[in-house]
Amino acid sequence: MLEVRDVHLSFGGIKALQGVGFAAKAGEITGIIGPNGAGKTSLFNAISGFYQPDRGQVLYDGDDITGLSPDRRAELGIARTFQNIALFRGMTVLDNIKLGGHTRLRTGLWSALSYFGPARREELELRREIEEKVIDFLEIDHIRKYPITILPYGLQKRVELGRALAMQPKVLLLDEPVAGMNREETADMARFILDVQEQFGITVLLVEHDMHMVMDICSHIVVLNFGQQIASGTPAEVSGDPHVIEAYLGAAA
Amino acid sequence: MITGDLKATYAADERVLNNSYKQTFVLAMAALCALMPFIANDYIILVASQMGIMLIAVVGVNVVIGYTGLLSLGHAAFMAIGAYSIPILHRLMESIGLPDGIMPFLAIPGAIAISAIIGIIVGLPSLRVKGLYLAVATLSANFIIIFLIELEAFAPWTGGLVGLNTPDPNILGWQLDTQREMFALIAALAFITILAIQNLFRTRVGRAFIAIRERDYSAEILGISLFRYKLMSFAISAACCGLAGALFAYFYARILPEQFELALSLQLVAALIVGGMGRTMGPVFGVMVIVMVPEVLKFTFGMVAGGAAEVVQLRAPVQEIIFGLLIIFFLMFEPLGINQLVDRGIRALNRWPFARG
Repeated sequence: MLEVRDVHLSFGGIKALQGVGFAAKAGEITGIIGPNGAGKTSLFNAISGFYQPDRGQVLYDGDDITGLSPDRRAELGIARTFQNIALFRGMTVLDNIKLGGHTRLRTGLWSALSYFGPARREELELRREIEEKVIDFLEIDHIRKYPITILPYGLQKRVELGRALAMQPKVLLLDEPVAGMNREETADMARFILDVQEQFGITVLLVEHDMHMVMDICSHIVVLNFGQQIASGTPAEVSGDPHVIEAYLGAAA
Repeated sequence: MITGDLKATYAADERVLNNSYKQTFVLAMAALCALMPFIANDYIILVASQMGIMLIAVVGVNVVIGYTGLLSLGHAAFMAIGAYSIPILHRLMESIGLPDGIMPFLAIPGAIAISAIIGIIVGLPSLRVKGLYLAVATLSANFIIIFLIELEAFAPWTGGLVGLNTPDPNILGWQLDTQREMFALIAALAFITILAIQNLFRTRVGRAFIAIRERDYSAEILGISLFRYKLMSFAISAACCGLAGALFAYFYARILPEQFELALSLQLVAALIVGGMGRTMGPVFGVMVIVMVPEVLKFTFGMVAGGAAEVVQLRAPVQEIIFGLLIIFFLMFEPLGINQLVDRGIRALNRWPFARG
């Protein structure tokens, strides 16, 4: 579904990614882990189009998308959330999620200016779809009219997931969806991510530090350290890998 | 009194005039504008027409600054483009022998289109720079456009420094040669402009603008092309200002380049800040205040001094000071402008007498 081939990325002298390559299988949850500064978010930025890799390719459904801009990739069906929540703070929950539907809607400038007619029909259809598929699913009915700023952190994370779901993506990149959450919130989020994968069949790529969650919900894990891919495999394989243990705990004395 | 938010359909929930206060206000304004040409005196018609022209321009400025979050200080130039397009297009149409009665139907859309195209060009820096840097870029665009209009080489078309006489519009044989008749046209177009822009922000196009204002990289990740939507925002905004300029040209007998300099751009921005950025009604409230300030000053100075020359010449600087103070006051204490004060008032009214605030 989504494949990364031998991606190299550097900023000046810093080599953020050095030959990372893996394939995320359709309909599965792939975890990307690694210590701080390992290049996880850089990798996400390369996949979503903010960074151009110096070498290597990003393939989506077999097509090379390395040269496309972020908005083109979004149109193809790649959605993402950010580590430090990138919601539109001045808007309500509903408007934020509606923005997720942007690429699927067709209203152009002229029909927007007149509104009544096709634009209105499309807007009401979008509203219904969001209410039934996203807001209901994420259990955020009670806050739909609230501005983002007054929501607690955990709910903001959930709204951001909702905005990504409203894109009806094929691939969803989640950058630390449970960072800073307590155990209960983490369990909720993990359940939503599993539901996303099961109910909508979306391929999920997950960057996360919470090892319990990663080991529990991912079917495949890629481990990065200092920009290099040091391991890749099932949770069991990865957690027994000596390179991984060394990266996390330091070399055995 | 409104006691709840009880909607049975999504359509009802998506309505804009969703309470009786808003409905009453819009109906009252429409009725007032419809009646004014018949009952108001010449002075009120003049002031109301100025308000209408400025309102259309500020609605345009609101699209770029208020909704898309791109600071532009060059919008007077788009009004200049719109205004100068009118006499020039009329001259061109006369030379090919078009009848007077259909000229405004071509000249007004023409003026809007030309302004929109210039708007896209002036908006190009917004793809690279933001904030103050963009403000400087658009400000210099204002100077360049006025400079070009004043240039000797273009004087045969633009009249150079001394300006141009402008025609009265003739709509299918109806010559709008009084300010009263012009007011009717201005009011109708102001309503249409506000409605169209309000509609825009109920759909994906307008939401994309707001998304760019709030967080541009996040907008990109949702598939919003910054290139396309930033330039579209500038085009729509310039188009509104172009329409305002066109009406300005039709309303007055003569236009001069100095009328469209930086001072006007600043006045448009001031009206927006006072009224409320990024709100539909913001420009309406803001323009009322900004147009009323000089009129109230004229009145008070007339009363105080009885027209003594040394006092009257203080009026212009005092006016600038008041504009400045208004901007500072609103930026410090109510950045969302009069619109926010009104919203708060309505909310308080809804709760009363069960709760305060």
